[in-house]
Amino acid sequence: MRPDTDEEPGRRLVVTQVSIDIDKKMKIPKILIFFCGLFFLVEASWAQLRIEVIGGGATQIPVAIVPFRAEEGLAQRLTPVVAADLARSGLFKIVDPGGMNPVPHEPEQLNYPQWRARGADAVVIGAVTKTRDGRYDIRFRVMDAVKQTQIAGFVYFATESQLRLTAHKIADVIYEKLTGDTGVFATRITYVVKRGPRYELHVADADGFGAQTVLSSNEPIISPAWSPDGARLAYVSFEQKKPIVYVQSLTTGSRRAVAAFRGSNSAPAWSPDGRRLAVTLTRDGGSQLFLINADGSGAPVRLMQSTAIDTEANFSPDGQSILFTSDRGGGPQIYRIPVSGGAAQRVTFEGSYNVSPRHSPDGKGFTFIQRNNGRFNVAVQDFASRQVQVLTDGGVDESPSFAPNSKIILYATEVGGRGILSAVSSDGRIKQRLTADVGDAREPAWSPVVNK
Amino acid sequence: MKRYLIAVITTAFLAACSSTPTKEQDAAAVEDRGGAAASQQQQPPRTTGPTTTPLEPKGVSGNPLKDPANILSKRSVYFELDSNIVKEEFKPMVSAHARYLQQNRGVKMTVQGHADERGSREYNLALGQRRADAVKQMMQLLGAQSEQVETISFGEEKPKATGHDEKSWAENRRADLVYPND
Repeated sequence: MRPDTDEEPGRRLVVTQVSIDIDKKMKIPKILIFFCGLFFLVEASWAQLRIEVIGGGATQIPVAIVPFRAEEGLAQRLTPVVAADLARSGLFKIVDPGGMNPVPHEPEQLNYPQWRARGADAVVIGAVTKTRDGRYDIRFRVMDAVKQTQIAGFVYFATESQLRLTAHKIADVIYEKLTGDTGVFATRITYVVKRGPRYELHVADADGFGAQTVLSSNEPIISPAWSPDGARLAYVSFEQKKPIVYVQSLTTGSRRAVAAFRGSNSAPAWSPDGRRLAVTLTRDGGSQLFLINADGSGAPVRLMQSTAIDTEANFSPDGQSILFTSDRGGGPQIYRIPVSGGAAQRVTFEGSYNVSPRHSPDGKGFTFIQRNNGRFNVAVQDFASRQVQVLTDGGVDESPSFAPNSKIILYATEVGGRGILSAVSSDGRIKQRLTADVGDAREPAWSPVVNK
Repeated sequence: MKRYLIAVITTAFLAACSSTPTKEQDAAAVEDRGGAAASQQQQPPRTTGPTTTPLEPKGVSGNPLKDPANILSKRSVYFELDSNIVKEEFKPMVSAHARYLQQNRGVKMTVQGHADERGSREYNLALGQRRADAVKQMMQLLGAQSEQVETISFGEEKPKATGHDEKSWAENRRADLVYPND
């Protein structure tokens, strides 16, 4: 009955399916039909972690990742993780690095014409040495195979347990240097797994590995939300037979009920400074938005008054405004209100059911769930153009949230009656699925980029 | 000290047992299973001479909230899609609970709202809350006091039926009336 915190490092998500669309002109539905068949092939021949990259179009950067010197002996080899990260993003074509003699680890060992002959635009090389204090010195370079110059070079010092994270950081550097966008491989995700009568709140690496249970309970857990510093989670737990909002530290595991008022307490959303939460409370009648302090101190401040349902608040990245779901106009639609108060402004107009808004971290738009003909799908809307793009056609999609680089949207859906997590690029072209080993996965949220 | 406590408890117990059914029951008596109220209700009509008392069927308690023959044992109000209107068929049950609360001012209970699985979990939580609030509002009009009824929602998290069809969804669009010792 009482939830407990524990760790289960062995658990992980498995990336089973990846699709990449090369042709920008193709429309999404066709692509999905095409990839449904492809998924099957991938699934049938899937053995371990298999990433299928299709075609070699202009949008994919061909890059070779040469195994680092002396990484064979490591508890966790680095370059396979780097290559898997880059391949999964859909923006890279991994060029086979095998069979080179000598295997290059330093720039002067690179035979550029040979790499060009294999189609590589960039080559990643590196080496691992053990330091006297027992850590690892990991240095790598990203070389431009066309210009024959160095694009980037970094050194990391890592303990054995930090090897996997270091590989993600290396992938982030490569991604950033070659695409111009921030990499998100070294970030984390949280989600809820329901297995039988148990509910578990997990935190895992963005690639699904290293999942840990930070809360488990016999009662439902919903709506986990990362603090801006990535060190705390706010969530709704029903362990007291009613919805109560908690904030839990991921470093200490300690937690506090920050909204446990009479009635229901739900839908926590962090302010960008991490000091306040917007929550939905029913203590004064109806489901209404309030601001509370993230440490649970003080009295809630009502954000606005309506006779309708107001819920699912989400702060804009600049902290100035809040998007929320309201049925004040009849069906649920998305509205925006200044945090300082003022009139709510409706922002969604297409369709009769638009819910679960989440800002893109770049502030340019938001993702949400739109119902069309009884099907619930992930959509994005641009603030400036007001243009809506529906990105999925799963039918039972829920809880979308952006990766911190605004390029990927993580959401929950169902396949074969089982809850799974999926991700779609914000232009709808690249899709991937994450399946929990056991149970239903749901309620995902992507962590912010944290200074490490 | 211990002996004194036992004496007090015994006195209290006897006092509870001797209370008459016409008297307004206090909270403790209501929750007292198989106590005074039970024997009063289930006694056969008086006859002259020796009296017989039937054995109480196992599982049936004297608590009117638990008596299957009592409308108070009915606890679920079902709703139409996107609706929080309490339908005619559930009004006698809701009003019975309202009267019960009116007669037992010390009793507090919870109305738990629920929604079907379709759509946003948080929005469904709010829809369930609205259903619970509708039931509470009706109970207040019929004599319950606001402080006696807390309304909360489980949204789509506690489905009664786990299917993915209209039959299941209809069972899950409901409000449950829950007393502390349920």
